[in-house]
Amino acid sequence: MRSFWQNAVRIFGPIGLTYISITVGAWLLFMILIPQLIMIDFSMRPLLPLRKIGGPEDIWTLRNYMVLFTNELHRAIFLKTIWSSIIVTSVALAICYPISFYLAKVTRGARLGWLMIGLIIPYWINELLRLFAWQLILADAGILNKLLMLLGFIAEPLNFRAGNSAVIVGMAYAYILFMVFPLYNAMESLDRNQLDAARDLGSSWLRIHWRIVVPHAKPGIAVGCIMTFMLAAGSIAAPQLLGSPSSFWFTEVIYTNFETANWNQGAAYATVLALLCLVFIFVMLRVFRVSLKELAQ
Amino acid sequence: MSHDVDIDHVSMRYPGSQRFAVTDVHVRIKPGEFFSFLGPSGCGKTTLLRLVAGFIEPTQGEIRIDGKDMRGIGPNKRPTAMIFQNLALFPLMTVAENIAFGLEVRGVSAAKRRKRAEALLELVDLPGMAAKKVSDLSGGQRQRVAIARALAVEPAVLLLDEPLSALDLKLRQHMRSELRKIQRRTGVTFIYITHDQGEALNMSDRVGVMSEKGQLEQVAAPDVLYNEPATIFVADFVGENNAFRVSVREQVGDWAVLETPFGMLKGRNPQGLTSGRRATAFVRPEAISVVENSAAADNFVPCTVENLSFEGAFITVVLKAAGDQSFVMRQNNDGSAPRLKAGAKVQIGFRADNTLLLTNGEQSGA
Repeated sequence: MRSFWQNAVRIFGPIGLTYISITVGAWLLFMILIPQLIMIDFSMRPLLPLRKIGGPEDIWTLRNYMVLFTNELHRAIFLKTIWSSIIVTSVALAICYPISFYLAKVTRGARLGWLMIGLIIPYWINELLRLFAWQLILADAGILNKLLMLLGFIAEPLNFRAGNSAVIVGMAYAYILFMVFPLYNAMESLDRNQLDAARDLGSSWLRIHWRIVVPHAKPGIAVGCIMTFMLAAGSIAAPQLLGSPSSFWFTEVIYTNFETANWNQGAAYATVLALLCLVFIFVMLRVFRVSLKELAQ
Repeated sequence: MSHDVDIDHVSMRYPGSQRFAVTDVHVRIKPGEFFSFLGPSGCGKTTLLRLVAGFIEPTQGEIRIDGKDMRGIGPNKRPTAMIFQNLALFPLMTVAENIAFGLEVRGVSAAKRRKRAEALLELVDLPGMAAKKVSDLSGGQRQRVAIARALAVEPAVLLLDEPLSALDLKLRQHMRSELRKIQRRTGVTFIYITHDQGEALNMSDRVGVMSEKGQLEQVAAPDVLYNEPATIFVADFVGENNAFRVSVREQVGDWAVLETPFGMLKGRNPQGLTSGRRATAFVRPEAISVVENSAAADNFVPCTVENLSFEGAFITVVLKAAGDQSFVMRQNNDGSAPRLKAGAKVQIGFRADNTLLLTNGEQSGA
């Protein structure tokens, strides 16, 4: 610890170090720690009329958290959010793995640059606008239905927006970059000769991926899955804009609670969502046998 | 176990490239042979190896292994195994897993794989290393693991892409003899590519020299290559040579009388160059000595000593003759050669059969 500070002084100088300590400390304190603590405090208190706040009934309790177990609708939405986020993550992984491999190991030079720009350009547009675009594509009289009818695949327009499929499609699209870049970074550092060597030793492409590429890209896959899952589970715009009334997302339940002035309940659910994401991180680290240190790289 | 590789008028041009990386290479590598392709970097020798391995397909020509055309057969289906320049061991696998990877692919049971890996580790003198991580091995040990991994699939032909270039000098020399030993023990056909002529001459049964143009200049045993280079490129590239421009005064059978700025010389004329032809004559530094008078040697050139460099076992002397022609002479440090000083006037001599006449033009009678 001592050498850590000595090192820091040497690198930044005393003034620089003071500045960095104060700014980082203030950021940690005011932007992360205090808001979280306030939220947890809110989540542990019952919803009371204003005059009773601070009174004998205003005590810490886990009642708000228990609602998740007693309210069947909320519990169902919570589980559905987890499940759907897992599906979003899987779909994004399935789409992004080949894209990342192609970018990292197959193409190079100018074409790689163009493909990268092609991936990034859609993200210059605001997320809401992109979701509205999906709304138009997936609408009953939308482009996709018209195309499918024109090609004769279907006679009647399909209702893409019933259930969760539109939400999942929209999210998988929205979070592609968050999956592609960790995967690309991880795969990029793989020596091409290892692919050649495996092929030369008689391996099929499937086995090369299973034995060489995936083990090498594990940290990237873990990071991509964690980011996508957290973004999906915490998303509110996509389910609101693309979801049907029946496909409520857990974030919408939280939002409704805050809207209806039940901040305590909303804070409890928000804490649960944060905990869920934390659990997911550790599950992913376990599944991929990746340490936190590797993840940081 | 051993198989022949027939490289039949193979040319290769990469898509989008104007020039051929490999131009009309034609050679038949015999079963069980240690064959090297020697050439400067960028001469297309790696391309040639990748063509044999099946990573790329030739633009023209055919590659046959045991008489079977390899076109359309991928690297995973060819009876070849390659050792890469950077070895390309799998860092996330143990030594045994690396070696047994080719067997795993072929569905060999775990117990058999383990046994085979241990036997191969024995073969490359690394017993008891099966459970180690690749990162725990030294450079030479990794080298051996790469060889064992390639041999595990019992290839007909082993392709080696400058595998020794990353090692330090001492280890490199040691691995040369090790490679040769392993080749003899297994009887597998080795195709080795290198830019290091010492390596090529030292290990190979035959060497094919490639020029920058991607052409195969000459295929011969190491001693023939050194003593009887067939082209100017080979004479220049293999070993050290003194080259000087001459014109043929007279053709006398396999010999020729040459006109030079420093007098008439006599040399061998394997290409049968006729009188009046311009050509290049070559003489090796070790074939030159200081002589007392013109009767002591076939060829006789008066020179001035420019500088000397002492290299222990021998002394390299740079001399200057008429017409600003430099000669490099190598004297053995055994006390038999006269001690020279810079600026001294001496006469050097060399034998006519050590003087080789070559030209890049059309060859007749060669």
